[in-house]
Amino acid sequence: MNRAAPEPQANMGQPEPRLEARLKVTGEARYASDMPVHNPAFAFLVTSPIAKGAITGIDDKDARTVPGVLGIFTHENTAELKKLSWSQGGGGPTTSIQDLGPKIQHDGQIVAMTVADTFEAAREAAYKLKISYQEEIPSATFDSPGVTQTDAKKPTPKAGNAEAAFNDAPVKLEVAYSTPTQHHNPIELFTTTASWDGDQLTVYEPSQFMYGLKNKTAARLGIKPDKVHAVSPFVGGAFGSKSQQTPRTGLVALAARTLNRPVKLVPTRDQGFTIATYRAETRHAIKIGAAENGKIASFQHDGWEVTSRPDNYSVAGVEDSARMYGFGAVKTAVTTVHADRNTPGFMRSPPVVPYIYALESALDELAVKLKMDPIELRRVNDSNKDATGKEWSSRSLMKCYDQAAEAFGWSRRSAEPGSMRDGNWLIGWGCASAFYPTHIGAATARVKFNADGHARVEVAAHEIGTGVMTVVGQTAAERLGIPLDRVEVVVGDSNYPPVPVAGGSNQTASCCSVVMKACDAIMAKLGGANIKETVGSGPVKDVAASFSKLGVSTVEEYAEFVPDVVKPNAVTSLVDDPIKKLYEGSPSLGGGSHGEKLMYAMGAEFIEVRVHALTGEIRVPRIVGAFAAGRIMNTRTARSQYMGAMIWGVSSALHEATDIDKRNARYVNDNLADYMIPVNADIQQLEVILVPEQDNFINPVGVKGIGELGNVGTAAAVTNAVYHATGVRIRELPVRLEKLLTT
Amino acid sequence: MRPFEFERASDNQSAIATFNDLRSADIDAVNAQIQYLAGGTTLIDLMKLDVMKPTKVIDINALQQANGNIEFKNNGLRLGAMARMSQVADHADIQQNYPVIAQALRLAASAQIRNMAAIGGNVLQRTRCTYFRDTSYANCNKRAPGSGCAALEGVNRSHAVLGVSDQCIATYPGDFAQALMALDAQVELDGPRGKRTIPFASLHKKPDQTPNIETSLTPGELITAFNVAAAPYAKRSLFLKVRDRESYEFALASAAVALDLDNSNVRQARIALGGVATVPWRAKEAEAALAGNKIDDVTAKRAADAAFADAKPREHNAFKIELGKRTLTRALLQAAAMEVPT
Repeated sequence: MNRAAPEPQANMGQPEPRLEARLKVTGEARYASDMPVHNPAFAFLVTSPIAKGAITGIDDKDARTVPGVLGIFTHENTAELKKLSWSQGGGGPTTSIQDLGPKIQHDGQIVAMTVADTFEAAREAAYKLKISYQEEIPSATFDSPGVTQTDAKKPTPKAGNAEAAFNDAPVKLEVAYSTPTQHHNPIELFTTTASWDGDQLTVYEPSQFMYGLKNKTAARLGIKPDKVHAVSPFVGGAFGSKSQQTPRTGLVALAARTLNRPVKLVPTRDQGFTIATYRAETRHAIKIGAAENGKIASFQHDGWEVTSRPDNYSVAGVEDSARMYGFGAVKTAVTTVHADRNTPGFMRSPPVVPYIYALESALDELAVKLKMDPIELRRVNDSNKDATGKEWSSRSLMKCYDQAAEAFGWSRRSAEPGSMRDGNWLIGWGCASAFYPTHIGAATARVKFNADGHARVEVAAHEIGTGVMTVVGQTAAERLGIPLDRVEVVVGDSNYPPVPVAGGSNQTASCCSVVMKACDAIMAKLGGANIKETVGSGPVKDVAASFSKLGVSTVEEYAEFVPDVVKPNAVTSLVDDPIKKLYEGSPSLGGGSHGEKLMYAMGAEFIEVRVHALTGEIRVPRIVGAFAAGRIMNTRTARSQYMGAMIWGVSSALHEATDIDKRNARYVNDNLADYMIPVNADIQQLEVILVPEQDNFINPVGVKGIGELGNVGTAAAVTNAVYHATGVRIRELPVRLEKLLTT
Repeated sequence: MRPFEFERASDNQSAIATFNDLRSADIDAVNAQIQYLAGGTTLIDLMKLDVMKPTKVIDINALQQANGNIEFKNNGLRLGAMARMSQVADHADIQQNYPVIAQALRLAASAQIRNMAAIGGNVLQRTRCTYFRDTSYANCNKRAPGSGCAALEGVNRSHAVLGVSDQCIATYPGDFAQALMALDAQVELDGPRGKRTIPFASLHKKPDQTPNIETSLTPGELITAFNVAAAPYAKRSLFLKVRDRESYEFALASAAVALDLDNSNVRQARIALGGVATVPWRAKEAEAALAGNKIDDVTAKRAADAAFADAKPREHNAFKIELGKRTLTRALLQAAAMEVPT
């Protein structure tokens, strides 16, 4: 065991290395655009340089003279593509804006695609394509002239009389926060390769939802879903950006059919900023009324979020922020602000990143006001139920705080801002909570167990870097009583049984639950529990013996798993069969605050910042996070998830922001040089503590999703630390050094 | 990227001779249809972005043997223009005797880029102004003269406050140039009209009314070397770079400082500023303010105020005036406190 492979504690699985580790470090792992197709043509996108208006003319004369050009696709010859109706979270399209024109509704809208024998020729033709526009003045963001506001139409918790409780409270806090636009920027770009064999289409595309890709590509082309085979062996980062159908996929498939040749599209980095989704900018107004002892009597949280003109997308994280502590009364609201922008979409921990940032910042401000230790403030408000009376399935928040505080050395902190210093560097220590709802969905799997003691698991799961193949393999190995190296796990192909979208951190819980069910059914066929005991520790011949008793060499089991939270009944108010929906490309996910109990994974994060007293540079020399999330399947992959997430959290606090030119509603820093993320030198010590927790309520495997936990709260921990270092409270992210030059 | 001819030159003369084909001789070097390729870390980047569209590219990497040497002479240091950034940054004698040079190079870019990029090309690195680099923005006087400047009223946090004009506020992005500026370097050139030597300070041109003309180089002129005279202030020199992250990022403000102290009084100070100006910026007013004084919080700040007296802020970059002053103040205090081996 070493730091990368923590010793498993209670209710934790072994730190098995990833099954695909060697493939990835040797470069052998194939991603969608690496998949070989015969004689491909290459495509290049042309995107709109205006955010609002219309195409008035297309002159392709020069573009067509480029040697090797095969086709130019514009709104004039792509009308046969069907419009998909948008709805948030339904496994559908990323946006209602799917046409290549003539109407232009956001910056960087796809307006044309050139296809040629080579990538270079396609690109040159794209540069030579002349498109003229009639431009209208667009609305860019909050406060821009011309934006319209609507209700987000999302759950907004209310309990008690929050306004009266606020008025009566001896200690009052009223604060506003804001978060910027951010983009996922997975290193693997938004590629698509389409190849037809007669009327059968194969789409190679990095995807977080194989059955969404299959069904929605079919719908866009107006063909039957069984005519589409979706392949996505490995995904080079996704973070939500590859969970829905983008307009490009149908376009590439149409081009391949028209040209009767496979077509491969690898869009550019800057195109990735506008052809997929993003995290929209948000604003928050928070009111807290508390007693002198810190007990919060009233919590009010209003959110505002930017979205596109046609789609009422919002993340509405008040559903989470209002429930995380034992508030006396709560009142919440969420408003969407419609601008001439592309539709935002899911980005790692969508609701909780902005809303818990606001909550956890406000708690720190309250602690300062009360002259209370911020950990103690959280302890005072720790509770076994929320303001509506709903109880937690399990809650280990203060255990996380206590372990992280100990490891961090919090007791050595002097509370006064600016009181800790190392030469010219001001030292600040801050902390904040991380919360993420535990989701699970209906899932299916096929497991084959052979008499030679080897097994194969088939699930249309998504290896987006989380290690799903490994934890699925560990589940099968454990239930079948064989070593992990005898389990083959195959994922990323719509020919395998469907599982939900790899979103909401449900994948481990959903996949492992259904694989467990299939394996247990196999063991039952092989003779039940007795066999399992002998197989578990015994030699392979014991398995062979039970197979020979049955007179077969393979036992195969297809399983369907429907968790209670998505079962059609009066409690869930669902009516459709979730398995049927899943096959049709609509995932059913439930959990979080929407069940009988509140189901959340939790953590506590501690950050040390150093701020240069003169020039204001902000450095993060130390990060400690402690997390409790039910059963940990694999301590190695879990640690990696938390580590990457906390680094992203630091990035989200100090670095990341997509700049918008408000005059034309366009992104300016749409590349990885100008869109800042931390480099290795920015992250020094980072410690992950896995806090044991057992929760038998949430799902059969007892797993809470962890992929989106670690980056929640980090930004608040950073700004809280910056305040402690400097006395300057930053309420608009990102923190930039110019905000600290005031002293 | 668009199709172009590619040639490899075997020596300076054959490289320069390719420019004989160039029809309009009066065009400046950066906009010429023929471009030299050394490390390629700027040119290839800008060709991919469709910002630069040369029809012919002359690979001069074979000239490394002839133009890539680092030589110490009695009267100073000669840096061959084809030396790679990392070679110069890692050179022990340069680290000791001209620390500002080694530091400026080491703090620039990434290890991979420093291994590729030649120092001659480095000083010609073009601005990181996003409106310049993204051709979907129509208004850029540098890229399309007369089209306007999108940055004046746009997202201009990274833009310049010194040496700006109403046509362009693009920041000169490099670090090494500030070191050469502070050390009064000379540039050796070879070109179609023969060899010449110019002060480094006259290499870059402020935007004024013609931001498209960035240097005083004529088409085909090749930087062959930089000469840095031995000077008493060279050893007490440093480069301070303030930026949004620890590494691999351009300066929001930087200062190249070199001091010659008589006991603790300034005999001579040399100061160049980066990240805040349209060209590598020599801060002579700040130097004059320091002459004869002891460096302390007060004198350093007074010098910094003098350096930014003419600064012109825009909506998002006003902080650069304060930041630039603080950066220079910090650099001066740090340089004065340096332990310099005699």
